[in-house]
Amino acid sequence: MEVLKNKFSGFMIPLVSVILGLLAGAIIMLFSGYDPILAYTALFNGIFSNTYVMGETIRQFTPLILSGLAVAFAFRTGLFNIGVEGQLLVGWLASVYVGLQFDGLTPFLHIPLAILAAAAAGALWGVVPGFLKAKYHVHEVITTIMMNYIALHVVNAIIRSYLLAPGERTETIHQSASLASAYLQSITDFSRLHYGFLVAIIGAIIMWFLLWKTTLGYELRAVGFNTNASQYAGINVSRNIVLSMVISGAFAGVAGSMEGLGTYGYMSILSAFTGIGFDGIAVSLLGANSAIGVVLAAALFGGLKIGALNMQSVAQVPTQLIEIVIALIIFFVASSYLIRWFSNRLNKRGKI
Amino acid sequence: MEYVIEMRNIRKEFPGIVANDNVTLQVQQGEIHALLGENGAGKSTLMNVLFGLYQPEQGEIYVKGKKVNITDPNVANDLGIGMVHQHFMLVEKFTVTENIILGNEPRDKGRVNLKKAAKEVEAISKQYGLKVDPYAKIEDISVGMQQRVEILKTLYRGAEILIFDEPTAVLTPQEIHELIQIMKRLIEEGKSIILITHKLKEIMEVCDRCTVIRRGKGIGTVDISETNPDELASMMVGREVNFSVEKGPAHPKEEVLQIENLVVEDARGVPQVNDLSLSLKGGEIVGIAGVDGNGQTELIEAITGLRKAKSGMIKLSGKDITNHKPRKITESGLGHIPQDRHKHGLVLDFSVGENMVLQTYYQKPYSNKGVLKLPKIMEKAKSLIKEYDVRTPSEMTPARALSGGNQQKAIIAREVDRSPNLLIAAQPTRGLDVGAIEFIHSKLVEERDKGKAVLMISFELDEILNVSDRIAVIYEGKIVDIVKPEETNEQELGLLMAGGKREKVGDQ
Repeated sequence: MEVLKNKFSGFMIPLVSVILGLLAGAIIMLFSGYDPILAYTALFNGIFSNTYVMGETIRQFTPLILSGLAVAFAFRTGLFNIGVEGQLLVGWLASVYVGLQFDGLTPFLHIPLAILAAAAAGALWGVVPGFLKAKYHVHEVITTIMMNYIALHVVNAIIRSYLLAPGERTETIHQSASLASAYLQSITDFSRLHYGFLVAIIGAIIMWFLLWKTTLGYELRAVGFNTNASQYAGINVSRNIVLSMVISGAFAGVAGSMEGLGTYGYMSILSAFTGIGFDGIAVSLLGANSAIGVVLAAALFGGLKIGALNMQSVAQVPTQLIEIVIALIIFFVASSYLIRWFSNRLNKRGKI
Repeated sequence: MEYVIEMRNIRKEFPGIVANDNVTLQVQQGEIHALLGENGAGKSTLMNVLFGLYQPEQGEIYVKGKKVNITDPNVANDLGIGMVHQHFMLVEKFTVTENIILGNEPRDKGRVNLKKAAKEVEAISKQYGLKVDPYAKIEDISVGMQQRVEILKTLYRGAEILIFDEPTAVLTPQEIHELIQIMKRLIEEGKSIILITHKLKEIMEVCDRCTVIRRGKGIGTVDISETNPDELASMMVGREVNFSVEKGPAHPKEEVLQIENLVVEDARGVPQVNDLSLSLKGGEIVGIAGVDGNGQTELIEAITGLRKAKSGMIKLSGKDITNHKPRKITESGLGHIPQDRHKHGLVLDFSVGENMVLQTYYQKPYSNKGVLKLPKIMEKAKSLIKEYDVRTPSEMTPARALSGGNQQKAIIAREVDRSPNLLIAAQPTRGLDVGAIEFIHSKLVEERDKGKAVLMISFELDEILNVSDRIAVIYEGKIVDIVKPEETNEQELGLLMAGGKREKVGDQ
């Protein structure tokens, strides 16, 4: 009974936050002279009205799921991985690099190999802050932020020095490494939908299994909750901190490969961060750090971002407004204390 | 007869548990009324209902004969009900006065009038003989003083009825004595007091009447002048309670723990355990008596592998375990009931079931090739919960939701069940009620009788004298003497613990 109640309230807070966020967005629209009903109808149609936008929505949220999983996984071990963005960039580059090699390899080997390379690169980027935290107690928030900048510039430098093709980008990867699918494109009116969403779903299942069904997950969660009791129980706390960052980084790296092997098939020289890694923090927060929650939250954010395009063309509401709505949703989740307080109060009243 | 507080037939439910079931509490003007019950019996729930933190499902509350509806603590404050919490709610960096006026600041043209407030605080402090300096910072004053600040806080807000939630748990004997004087003074000045406690000695000393709760049910109210500790204890526990530990003579066997010339330094590099030697045989309980801070913590940490020994040797069942990893030592046959159950003993956010396998989760049958076998874990948890009478709604409940006594029982279940050759029990009964204490002591004796060695650390001399077969006195990181409980007394132990010498040297 208690468990059910907790699950229920765990679901209620994000739901209420989404509704409040949309309501607040409507109020802002009213004040700015837009018609919120027209805008939200357009937003809805922009996600569901035809197979093309639905395909684009799924494509949009595929890497978001993985970056959300990366943040959530670290968070379960008590670590705040702000470095998902950087781990994602090195993962993207690693997947493209492997995709450019091994011409003629069967896709059944080439794709997994490229994804594994991305995971390894992301993991490597996670090892550094993990090690510094475990060994020297350097706070991971600082180091992961710094690792983001190092990733951005190192990736750009590598592309510029070794992989440059016309258009400030790498060559396109071999077909055998590509997640793009003519079939998926044909059933979605030639969207850029690719098989990556399957990878993301598998990722969510892996995270759930690792955390809840393995001794490793037991240790990681124990360390996240109480390092003293973990030490007492003979759990190697340092090892688990490093491992947590490695696994988190691997998820982030795979998120990068979704762009490299799926959406684009190449990597461009980037003038700024992609934002997918940072959005992962929001997704993880909205999804309450659970695998299923992350999938749902990523779907919501992906949908809002794709739907916003239609909202702009039909109702002339700038896409930035959806960014505000997303920010507000996160704001409401973060202040969930308020919502909880409010609902407790209502409960109390009801019982008297 | 009109009562200052009357709670009639209160019922409060939580998911899976009835915390209060038809409890009635009637407090007369000017009395100290004890609320007695085991850990988790529902005392705190009842007081939280009175203080407006919980709403009861059934029952009525009357204050001075008038029916009231206490919807939140502010209403309770306005009705003159004040609570002195067990865990102080004070801002360390603030002065006494600043803490007392917090949330109720006297304003003067938009500014807080601290001087006026300090004068008021001083006046109240004088009236009740509290002797609190209104300008002292909280972080600079003793725990006993901090508690007086909590008392002042309720008085400043005009409390007529004061609830004390286990006030003596954190105090030294001297401070307890002073607190009792303060309570008597409060009564003289016309206040009424509800004292939540499970210490029978204190109830007999200060209270006028006592209401007993057992497993959420109101058992009854008795006049202290017409009762005795035995009756109170059996009302509380529901059966006869043994205050003295029942045990036959020890039959020590082969040596289990050997410590030779152990030196352990603390984080600053100061040796806390200094050339300590001690040996322990199977089938005996050795109690370590000493004033807190004489190396007990470091000694346990060194034995259990949580802290590195600088030099010396520790042998467990003949095997050298000095500076081995905690898990390796645990697997060599060590059980450890840690001093701080929240910090070391439990992962509070884990379920009771998950906590039950904290030392064994990686072994069969609880996991196989790195995959947890949750059904097996929960099955084990269920049987331990039953065997050790851990009162919890279910094995899926977070450990955090359990009362202190039941948390401790869960730890003991986990550690004793592995049947270790050496069981270290560090303050195993701290903060527990007589029922739980009796249970834990009997478990320690049971392990001894199975031929296991038990090393117990305690600051309670009663406990040391009652449970131990031998008493090792620790002073400044050394074992200064070893005595038999039947050949010593509290005075002699107290002297030894303070670094004194025995008159005649007894045999060991």
